[in-house]
Amino acid sequence: MSQTRKQLLTDPLVDNNPITLQVLGICSALAVTSSLNVAFVMSLAVIAVCGFSSLFISILRHYIPNSIRIIVQMVIIASLVILVDQIIKAYAYEISKTLSVFVGLIITNCIVMGRAEAFAMKNKPFESFVDGVGNGLGYSLLLMSVGVIRELFGSGTLFGITIFNSISNGGWYVPNGLLLLPPSAFFIIGFIIWGVRTWKKSQVEAREYKIQTLEEH
Amino acid sequence: MSLRNYFNSLEPHFEKGGKYEKYYPIFEMVETIFFTSNTVTKVAPHARSFVDMKRVMTYVVISTIPCILWALYNTGLQTNSALATLGVEAQSGWRISLLNLSGLGINPDSLISNVFHGLLYFLPIYLTTLIAGGICEVTFATIRGHEVNEGFLVSSMLFALTLPASTPLWQVALGIAFGVVVGKEVFGGTGKNFLNPALTGRAFLYFAYPAYMSGDSIWTPVDGYSGATSLGIAAAEGYESLSNYGITWVDAFLGTIQGSLGETSTLACALGLVFLLLTKIANYRMVVGCLLGMIIFSSFLNWVGSDTNPMFSMPWYWHLVIGSYAFGLVFMVTEPVSGSHTNLGRYIYGALIGFMVVMIRVLNPAFPEGMMLAILFGNIFAPLIDHFVVMANIKRRTKLNVQTQ
Repeated sequence: MSQTRKQLLTDPLVDNNPITLQVLGICSALAVTSSLNVAFVMSLAVIAVCGFSSLFISILRHYIPNSIRIIVQMVIIASLVILVDQIIKAYAYEISKTLSVFVGLIITNCIVMGRAEAFAMKNKPFESFVDGVGNGLGYSLLLMSVGVIRELFGSGTLFGITIFNSISNGGWYVPNGLLLLPPSAFFIIGFIIWGVRTWKKSQVEAREYKIQTLEEH
Repeated sequence: MSLRNYFNSLEPHFEKGGKYEKYYPIFEMVETIFFTSNTVTKVAPHARSFVDMKRVMTYVVISTIPCILWALYNTGLQTNSALATLGVEAQSGWRISLLNLSGLGINPDSLISNVFHGLLYFLPIYLTTLIAGGICEVTFATIRGHEVNEGFLVSSMLFALTLPASTPLWQVALGIAFGVVVGKEVFGGTGKNFLNPALTGRAFLYFAYPAYMSGDSIWTPVDGYSGATSLGIAAAEGYESLSNYGITWVDAFLGTIQGSLGETSTLACALGLVFLLLTKIANYRMVVGCLLGMIIFSSFLNWVGSDTNPMFSMPWYWHLVIGSYAFGLVFMVTEPVSGSHTNLGRYIYGALIGFMVVMIRVLNPAFPEGMMLAILFGNIFAPLIDHFVVMANIKRRTKLNVQTQ
């Protein structure tokens, strides 16, 4: 793989992460991260949809009329989502019940649409595919990080395996109930963004205003 | 060498270019404990007053003294009474050993025994709050280069007073750390927080560890003793049945009832309120708004009535004395930073909280108490209220201008 292709794959992991830098796809990150099993299946689904939708849209990019391009992109994404949804229902029925509507909502996930619009419409199929998978991976990386924190401290388990024995099972750990509620993902994503921007200073946005002091008047 | 000279000799090391430049905030913090700061406030939130932030915060801490004293007495009273009914032999622990050792014993009729026992519960919680919150505060001050603010003393005191006496200390530490970091420091520190830090920490604990923050068995820190708060009883059986549990209105007003450490006594809160109003730290408009909102909406619900929900019939003077309404009204609603800043806005802000607290208490079956959530809700709406008040004023002035031309 050439240098640029490698960058397409690795850039979205940290340097241009769709969630922490572009702040896209937050909704599903809040909803499906309370257990790692679910977050993992969701991650796979988004990687698949994002990669293949970019691939197909890129193949068709010269034949898509500009005025109806969003509709065409939606049709492609929606078909892929239905395919993924059926596969999950067939092979992981329990998890599909937990994921419920959120697999269907990948259609409206801004990351998928964003990559189609911003990258696949202008680039060759293979690059588009790599870019789609890269962004899916970036999304997954964050989803899994949030999932680890929420499941470990919220129920004391990882992938359903007990790590901290909770008090209700006779252990010592008092599960933090807040982490099982969706709003907790807001805090965690916020903390992660804070951490990433402390590490990578270039991601810090310019201040919109500054509180004046008397001397500056 | 006097203390002043000692500080003066140390100061060059901490100033710009000095050896310990980085640790200036810590030096400043220690120095201003002993001496009044010689700089005046130049920036928000108190730019319009000659009273500096240090004095404001110190006054608020002073105003909590009645509540603290009552917290000590009442916690001891509740614990000692519970121990007396259960039998002292069944209970053990370092507090009881200490009480017996000191010769005070477990005696609900003895003022000193009660206060001392209460102190043994309050002090660990308060010290944990100070240490855990203080570490967060000092860390941020050092990294961000701002001063360690006296506001933290207020937040830590209020936070400690809102907790049940049985709260495990690690939860206390976690709660205040969350309150200080998420409620205040991420937005830039004191004066820039749009939520009340103490309440943010309290709300965190409430949602994270509901089993330790609500229910029947936590209000009196005695194993095996269970008793609902007066709000819990009122929600389940109606306020009239409170007398069956031996709780009269006067009891609730004085505060000899179960509840979080410092919030049970409406009288103690009222003393604090008088002090805050006299020193003009608290703005009376917020208090008036909050009282009116609560009185009008609860009276309206009294009038509507309900066959299934006994809370509908609870009159406003009961709403006032049970739960944390009085404590929240005096110390949280009046907080200048997170509340509205326009005069009309203050009435609306207060009324919104008064309305919401009755709304949550009466109409929401999930939460018996609503003051904490109502205030946080009000905090979020405060800037919006201000915006509309300012816009309305601009509109009115523009119209006036047109007429005179």
